[in-house]
Amino acid sequence: MGVVDMTGLNADNMKMRAQLKGDVTEVKVLMSHPMETGRKKDDFDRLIPAHFVQLVTATLNGKTVLEAQWGTGISKNPYLTFRLKGAKVGDIVSVTWHDNLGETATQDIVVTQA
Amino acid sequence: MQRRNFLSLLFGTATLILMQPVNALVALWNKAAFETVKLNEATKNLAIHDEIVSHDIQIIAPDRAENGAIVQVEVQSNIANTETISILVEKNPTPLIAHFKFSNGAEPFVVTRIKMADTSDIKVVVKAGSQYFTHSRNVIVLENGCG
Repeated sequence: MGVVDMTGLNADNMKMRAQLKGDVTEVKVLMSHPMETGRKKDDFDRLIPAHFVQLVTATLNGKTVLEAQWGTGISKNPYLTFRLKGAKVGDIVSVTWHDNLGETATQDIVVTQA
Repeated sequence: MQRRNFLSLLFGTATLILMQPVNALVALWNKAAFETVKLNEATKNLAIHDEIVSHDIQIIAPDRAENGAIVQVEVQSNIANTETISILVEKNPTPLIAHFKFSNGAEPFVVTRIKMADTSDIKVVVKAGSQYFTHSRNVIVLENGCG
């Protein structure tokens, strides 16, 4: 696991795309996170502590559109797709996650025409 | 005001400001629902009751998953006024996987990838108004994906 930037400015942490098709904008997000359950053991038979994303929030032009709570059952390097109605080309979609160790990351993306 | 008093006041205020967002975030996460090992305890802690089986909830997942560490699931609710979608896996060590809340034009639709320990039902619960709707889909898991 790499060092996670506490200020959330780590540009490599999230890959995002927001594409307008018809009247629906599809947002795809790929996060970089170990999503450790706390039940797995390392090579020395020691338990790896739980380390997972608990909260994910998405906004459209600053307005909340999606609030997610996650457990340890989301796969490593979480993948998420969601759809927005009413977004226009040039609008800003922002996604923020917070994990159980207090780490956080935020990424913005501009809505483009598919 | 004495300097000492002023400093302690200043320090106290700063601590309060620093502590608040962390506490607020912790409070947002439904610890009881996510940490329980029982499916019905998880739904109870999400305040889910009187679930109605509905085929207006669409769950797209593979029939067989080679590796339970990554099972892609797509959920769409065609129920009017859907507010939340919860995803649970009955046979997982902790059944509650995720709870999504939609607002301000977000469609009741989500695609994500989940871990599955064993062959199990994926159970989805939708909240619409004061009612709860549910639908399940079985996935055969060939390799345990929960460490």
